[in-house]
Amino acid sequence: MFQNIGEMVLLFWRTLRALPQVWRQREKVFEQFFEIGNASLLMVAVLSFFIGGVLALQTGPTMVERGLTNFVSGLVGISMARELAPIMMAILIAGRIGSAMAAEIGSMRVYQEIDALRTMNINPVNYLVLPRLIAITFALPMLVTFAILVGWLGGAVVAKATPAIDIPIQSFFESMKIMIDLRDVANGVFKSWCFAWIIGIVSCHQVLVTRGGPRGIGRSVTKAVVNSIVLIVMFDYVLTRLLLE
Amino acid sequence: MTNSTSTNHHGISVQVRGLKRDFGTQSVLKGIDLDVKPGEIFVLMGPSGSGKSVLLRHIIGLEKPDAGEILINGESIENDNVADKYRMAMVFQSGALLNSLTVGENVGLYLREHRLKSPEEIARIVAEKLEVVGLKDAEKKMPSELSGGMKKRVAIARALVIEPQLILYDEPTSELDPLSSIVIGEEILKLNERIGVTSLVVSHDRDLAFGIGHRIAVINEGQIAVMGTPDEVKRSDHPIVRNFIHADFKRAQ
Ligand SMILES: Nc1ncnc2c1ncn2[C@@H]1O[C@H](COP(=O)(O)OP(=O)(O)O)[C@@H](O)[C@H]1O
Ligand SMILES: [Mg+2]
Repeated sequence: MFQNIGEMVLLFWRTLRALPQVWRQREKVFEQFFEIGNASLLMVAVLSFFIGGVLALQTGPTMVERGLTNFVSGLVGISMARELAPIMMAILIAGRIGSAMAAEIGSMRVYQEIDALRTMNINPVNYLVLPRLIAITFALPMLVTFAILVGWLGGAVVAKATPAIDIPIQSFFESMKIMIDLRDVANGVFKSWCFAWIIGIVSCHQVLVTRGGPRGIGRSVTKAVVNSIVLIVMFDYVLTRLLLE
Repeated sequence: MTNSTSTNHHGISVQVRGLKRDFGTQSVLKGIDLDVKPGEIFVLMGPSGSGKSVLLRHIIGLEKPDAGEILINGESIENDNVADKYRMAMVFQSGALLNSLTVGENVGLYLREHRLKSPEEIARIVAEKLEVVGLKDAEKKMPSELSGGMKKRVAIARALVIEPQLILYDEPTSELDPLSSIVIGEEILKLNERIGVTSLVVSHDRDLAFGIGHRIAVINEGQIAVMGTPDEVKRSDHPIVRNFIHADFKRAQ
């Protein structure tokens, strides 16, 4: 475990050092970026719509009963922006994209493709890790912004459609505007940017460690996803703490 | 890489000194010494698991030895600049093509990533090298659509693009039919004659070894049992070498 963390920090450092190469690799960055979008946009929309909806459903009736109708949308809006969109989308992307990266790079290692790159003097960090990492650090914050908006919409629709809440869509957003400012959204987007680095580094770390033939690939994919999620939740706490100050 | 890829047509020498390597408790290479001269075709034979691939991986710098050293043209491969100074290529046993790229992209990868040529020129070189290995129609195919032997030929084309001064072949004919094997053997010879590339060929194909090798070494259990010209190796009375070189099917009577 500690050895892994050391290797990941090293990989992070090597990727940072490779950053000047990013313009050369721009085609691969775009390719990865669109692949991420393609693979996850619909899932992100569905997931965040229902998260927003269930938030309204869980909190709405109780608050309305106690005369806090104006606060329903604020609660939905803030929890979505500051916490639920970043963390749920990061977990989704770790499962959907992180696993695909780990599988692809792990199999490249097992089938000696990475060795072949090295014999051609092509640095696997520049060629494989860098484009993926840059693509995901752009894609995840954008997906999270999108998820926040869709989550709000989900909350608004459910608040309107549930008789025990029954807030008109327009006044839902009007009272939300009073309680939320741009900082809340920026906060969530910033967190997701950090999570993107975690997913990218943990998944690409497989460049260095996959061993033991094709069966090793399955193991490293599982590890990449589980480790990403654990690290995301831990960092979420730390970042939230820091951003509160 | 200062000198242009077409001027330096001299093979480079390889010297291996006391190379040892263990994997866990298994001692795979137990002190290998060999000299490959510039422009020579050196064939390394030996039973499966004797450490031939591991030796090649050390020479190309993919593995670090536990003891001993490897010199390329007299310079230790530990020196950082050796990889930039000399052009070396390895043809992996399995081909090791990048499965996400087409055949043509695989062959052009080196030139493209190092920005050595314009896209048009790369396309021309790719077509030319694929023609050399008899696969000019396969340029748009994916590696998964190729047979084992075709993959190996693509891997050879990919190595040729580098215009190497040293080329390492790991069992270049092991999955080929006899005719293709002859084609590949002739290709290794032609390449060696045309640009004087030093060739280190790992193979247990006896016809290939005695057909193209200037010198042959037989490796057994991590040590070199015999080394010499094809005739010397044939005449060797080392029991393992005799067995290996003269082994044949005995039909049940
Ligand atoms: N990365 C590795 N880890 C552990 N053992 C290895 C590794 N690579 C090779 N070996 C072992 O080294 C021995 C020699 O392998 P190899 O060089 O591939 O044989 P061959 O002569 O058939 O090419 C084998 O017993 C193999 O199991
Ligand atoms: Mg082998």
